[in-house]
Amino acid sequence: MTTATSEDIRPPEPPGLIAWLRKNLFSNWYNSILTVIVGVLVVWAVYAGIRWVFFGADWSPVTSRPLLYMVGQYPVGQIWRIGLSLALVSFLFGVSWGVWGGMMRAFSLSLAFILVLLALLPTESAQYTMEIRVFMVSAALLIFLGYSIGKQSWISSRITLLIWLLSLIVILVLLRGFGGVLPVIPTNIWGGLLLTMVLAIGGIVLSFPIGVLLALGRRSKLPVISFFSSAFIEIVRGVPLIGILFMSSIIFPLFLPAEVRIDRLVRALMGITLFSAAYMAENVRGGLQAIPLGQFDAARAIGLNNYYTTVLIVLPQALRKVIPSIVGQFIALFKDTTLAAGVGLLELLSVGQSILQANPNFFSLQMEVYIFIAAVFWVFSYSLSFASRRVEAALGVGKR
Amino acid sequence: MDPPKFSAVQEVRIGKESPLWRDERIISIALQTVSAVVIIGVLVWVVTNIVNAAEQRGLGLGFNFMDSAAGFSISESVIPFSPSDSFARALLVGVLNTLRVSLVGIVFATILGFIVGIAQLSTNWLVSRIALAFVELHRNIPLLVLLFLWYRGIFTRLPSVRASIQWPGPVFINQRGLYLTWPIFTDTGWIFITLALVGIVAAALAWILLRRIREVSGRTTNFVGVSLGIFVLGLVLGWVFSGGRPFDTSIPELQGFNFQGGIHLTPEFAALLIGLTTYTAAFIAEVVRGGIQAIQRGQLEAAAALGLRESHILNLVVIPQAMRIIIPPLISQYLNLVKNSSLAVFLGFPELFSIGKTVINQAGRAIPVFILIMAVYLIISLVTSLLLNIYNRRVQFVER
Repeated sequence: MTTATSEDIRPPEPPGLIAWLRKNLFSNWYNSILTVIVGVLVVWAVYAGIRWVFFGADWSPVTSRPLLYMVGQYPVGQIWRIGLSLALVSFLFGVSWGVWGGMMRAFSLSLAFILVLLALLPTESAQYTMEIRVFMVSAALLIFLGYSIGKQSWISSRITLLIWLLSLIVILVLLRGFGGVLPVIPTNIWGGLLLTMVLAIGGIVLSFPIGVLLALGRRSKLPVISFFSSAFIEIVRGVPLIGILFMSSIIFPLFLPAEVRIDRLVRALMGITLFSAAYMAENVRGGLQAIPLGQFDAARAIGLNNYYTTVLIVLPQALRKVIPSIVGQFIALFKDTTLAAGVGLLELLSVGQSILQANPNFFSLQMEVYIFIAAVFWVFSYSLSFASRRVEAALGVGKR
Repeated sequence: MDPPKFSAVQEVRIGKESPLWRDERIISIALQTVSAVVIIGVLVWVVTNIVNAAEQRGLGLGFNFMDSAAGFSISESVIPFSPSDSFARALLVGVLNTLRVSLVGIVFATILGFIVGIAQLSTNWLVSRIALAFVELHRNIPLLVLLFLWYRGIFTRLPSVRASIQWPGPVFINQRGLYLTWPIFTDTGWIFITLALVGIVAAALAWILLRRIREVSGRTTNFVGVSLGIFVLGLVLGWVFSGGRPFDTSIPELQGFNFQGGIHLTPEFAALLIGLTTYTAAFIAEVVRGGIQAIQRGQLEAAAALGLRESHILNLVVIPQAMRIIIPPLISQYLNLVKNSSLAVFLGFPELFSIGKTVINQAGRAIPVFILIMAVYLIISLVTSLLLNIYNRRVQFVER
């Protein structure tokens, strides 16, 4: 028997360009025909697309009012409050990257990428000052500052979570203002990407505890609780979101005492939260079902009661498993916030619509505005899903 | 949460020594009673509030208004409708329009979705990249933005009737929508349809019967060929007995200021249909790709080792197993499409939700109409998931 020398087990040479082309594009006669036809079409489409974007399209409805798309009619003098919030969020993303790594690393890098993109936004608008551009870059740098702090060993994941929750409240107060110190900015002039983010993040954060309770309720052995949880989940999942938004925004106020006025944003957020909670419950239920029975037995064996078994053993494992699907749900919710346009909220899409309506010269520029909005949604959703998929791949989730 | 019933660890009851407040049976009953009382209490409170508010504001809760004249016209309808028809009929028009756009959308989305899903797995690099680009483009942009792109960006900017774009073949596209060639059945058309249907039923029966014979006796039966033959025979007989002219093709022609003949799709319908179809197709493509990829390599190798032909491997090994994985998420995409058709309210296509909104404005009966609309969506969802559960129970692997 001969022993294998290093010569024998050397990996094969990486295929050259020609070999790659032959294998992936021209493996047989019909593949070659397909490649040529499709290739010609693609080249033509890309050429026409690029020509239209740079020479054919008139982007003035987009470039003339960039701040409107970002923050709506939020007063320009107070815009530093949004900047501060953004800086805080960027910093915290950096810290989370340092603490948890993994998906947070991908999210932080995506955020940094988007911030740099915003800093380089091609617009001649005087509103979009050099300060704003410099700020965007510094926010991106804050991510890396946060990372170096988050790597310190004394920052535990519990502290980070606590800081996240606290800062969400701080941001809400900062944005809205409070008695005397900061002028109150009523939510009806919030708009654009800011409002889209408030709806999506608010919806996912608020629906999380409700969804977990519903999932536990649905799996409960107690028939009454499991019946009501299942009924809620199935009813909400069976109707369209626009119906629920319509209910919470238009029908619900009809039946409040005349002196009670609930903010329009809060009403929409209520609807979005209820809707999202039902889907969250199903995601969490998936995680609960993935917990092996032995975990229950072990918990029982060391004398934990139902409550402690759930809180200490089952939930921490289940919730860790469902993080990717919660990210997926967040992306869906982020896209679904466009429906809030139907109940009079000026989120990104309706900002675009109102700009188009405000100026008769823009009537023929609908394509440009909607393509821009589509691109914004695409960049955010794609970077989120890309980050989450990269992490899943690294963890081997879904691999056989 | 409670441990599943078949947990291996048995409850240890200490009987009398256990105080009442720690007895699990007592806790369970108490918990259920309390939650039932709270939930029912809240429901009763909400309903009484609604009834009171409705009385105070003169908003009726009954359905007696349904027979009165609607007083508005509907731009497109499957059944004849005039403003003097009742509200009930208006809502029926809405339901029919929802079903029309949903069914057509489901058919096209399935075809496109399967094509794109399989193309994603193509060995041709270019084809699989384009399929991937299609999926990523549609999944990361909100449906509403896509619908606006199609409707406002393209369909409202098409040329006028006189300058219609003619697609290769007798298909015309202009501001007023799409004009397609369509068969119109002649007097003898019913004979053709009846015989064709009989042929389909007979072909299906033959398929099932011959397959069963083969499964039971092991004899080779050419069930595909026989069924196809019966089906074609039905068509041919229908053609002959209807005098060789079962239908005329009606070609759209420009007469005066408008097209006559053929079938006309309004821009709203066409934009909604295209938007829903492409959006849902992207999700279906992912479902199909996932289903096919879930087949383990070992299955293919085992089939090849048995000496099965390529087509047999596909038909007998891959497709049956992939379908089992594909069907449940596929159906839930269908349901999403039905629910998403409610976005037509933004385009002005008169489906259930937008007609419902008009009825609410006209009749001033928000609650009953709203409940009715949601009930229709809910019934569609629940019936579908019921059928899906039955199917799942039938095809599930029996775990041994």
